[in-house]
Amino acid sequence: MKTVFQPTKGMLPVDTSYCPGCAHGIAHRIIMECLEERGMLGKTIGVVPIGCSINAHNFMNIDMCESTHGRAPAIASGIRRVHPDKIVFTYQGDGDLASIGAGEIVHAAHRGEKFTTFFINNAIYGMTGGQMAPTTLIGQRATTCVDGRTVEQAGLPLRMCELISTIDCAVFVERVMLNNPANVRKAKKVVSTALDIQQAGLGFTFVEFLSTCPTNWGLSPTEAIHWCETAMADYYPVKNFKKPEGY
Amino acid sequence: MSKVLMKGNEAFAEAAIRAGCSCYFGYPITPQNEIPEYMSHELAKAGGKFIQAESELAAVNMAYGAAASGGRAFISTSSPGLALMQEGLGFTASCEVPIVALNVSRGGPGVGGIQPGQADYFQVTRGGYNGDVRIPVFAPSGIQECVDLIYSAFDIAEEYRNPVVIFADGMMGQMMEPVELPPKKPIADDAEIARTKPWAITGTDAHEGRNVVFSLRLQPDVLEAHVEHMFEKYARAERELVRYSTSNLEGAEIVFVAFGTMSRLCAEAIELLAEKGVKAGLIRPISLWPFPDAAFDEIGPEAKVLISTELSMGQMIQDVKNAAAGRWPVRLISRTGGVVPSSLEIVDRALKHLQEVQGK
Repeated sequence: MKTVFQPTKGMLPVDTSYCPGCAHGIAHRIIMECLEERGMLGKTIGVVPIGCSINAHNFMNIDMCESTHGRAPAIASGIRRVHPDKIVFTYQGDGDLASIGAGEIVHAAHRGEKFTTFFINNAIYGMTGGQMAPTTLIGQRATTCVDGRTVEQAGLPLRMCELISTIDCAVFVERVMLNNPANVRKAKKVVSTALDIQQAGLGFTFVEFLSTCPTNWGLSPTEAIHWCETAMADYYPVKNFKKPEGY
Repeated sequence: MSKVLMKGNEAFAEAAIRAGCSCYFGYPITPQNEIPEYMSHELAKAGGKFIQAESELAAVNMAYGAAASGGRAFISTSSPGLALMQEGLGFTASCEVPIVALNVSRGGPGVGGIQPGQADYFQVTRGGYNGDVRIPVFAPSGIQECVDLIYSAFDIAEEYRNPVVIFADGMMGQMMEPVELPPKKPIADDAEIARTKPWAITGTDAHEGRNVVFSLRLQPDVLEAHVEHMFEKYARAERELVRYSTSNLEGAEIVFVAFGTMSRLCAEAIELLAEKGVKAGLIRPISLWPFPDAAFDEIGPEAKVLISTELSMGQMIQDVKNAAAGRWPVRLISRTGGVVPSSLEIVDRALKHLQEVQGK
């Protein structure tokens, strides 16, 4: 019988710890599929953040290390110096990357570090129980803004793709959304392009995934997807911000 | 082998290069700036990699990443910078990743000043990191000793899979002395990393199984078992890493306890006291953790007073009192803020302490 589908060897055959309706599992899978398809699972080193996806190393079938909160881009920069021929990536949430790690991500991009950052933006702190993130939308409720975020109290949500794309040595910046199968397939192509550019040594590559957190948003998985593709995508446009010529 | 005259900071950087350091990460801070400057042009010549980090936070984490993936990582900073690195050092110890950090210390607290200080004693021996962590700390009293300690620190860090700190005060970074440089070790290639560091995250093709370097352990009993494992290593360190020197202890009435720059001044003070007919000796801890308690058993029956002599308001004195265990009165001679006393000042104050304990 012809095999038409099999799970990627990049994911370990275990249940993930993620909530129903969370997009981490999808993001994990498409990254691992891209690595497997290019035969690089055994030549890849990943850095996980602080947050729900600190557990990614229990699911991704590659060598990985944990990170202090927000410092994954610095850690990946160190790994890259020892392993110039491997694929190196960081996998970071929005609290980790856009708040405590805002300095490290900006400077990794600024140095043109030849690794890829996968940024999972679900507009909230997940693991710690739903606090406001820099990415939390105006009016969105969180445990540290129970009546909804206001501009007066917390400023406007931070758009990381827009920020990173102003840095010259960040050569590929794109925001994708994991709300339906078609967009998951598109996201996978974007991941693949980012890895191509990393392997070509052209500079820093950054992929933001608009994601869902039904648990901390207080929505059902279906409602969460709807909120992601409306409210989230309205403030965070899904598009390519920059890419090198020929990609 | 012939000696060369070198500035301390440059000699320290060269020592790391000769120890096979493959990666250096630094951020400018006085009085250690010659180290990143030297590394920026010399490390690449030796085949290593240099990054001027955006902060000390980034530098220590870069070193963690480089070392977790098999590199020999070196960082240097000065006191306020070390404060910023504390989280990374504790995390790195928890992850059992070997890195070597050099603190060319200055006066504090806060931004403080840029003249030599030893008020980082607590910071290096007690740390600012959370949790149960010990970090071996070695304090040289001259450039040659610092070169030798840096050269061997990488092996110690890798053997124990733990950070190691070298604590050289700013005087040593800025002064010049003749130094004999050790032979250059090669930077480990991928095959050597796979052979010597089978735990490193080098990609699963490079080793058996899958490697994960991690700290998070949510189950209390699992975390406790990990900490107990770390403390088995630390118990071994307490047996194997104690370093100290003693001088003139025989018949000494005054026993100075001092490290780094202060130990050099005490050596002068001992000569001056001898001219006055007072016998004084010196215990010089080289390992500050583990603290050399055993050295105190070499003190003779004539000893009347132990004097912890420090460029701080008295931090090491806690360990001195602990080691003295009530056998002798312990007193303090201290200057701080970057003020370095003269040997004459030490003599005067030591004599007063001697008279005081003798009830004169």
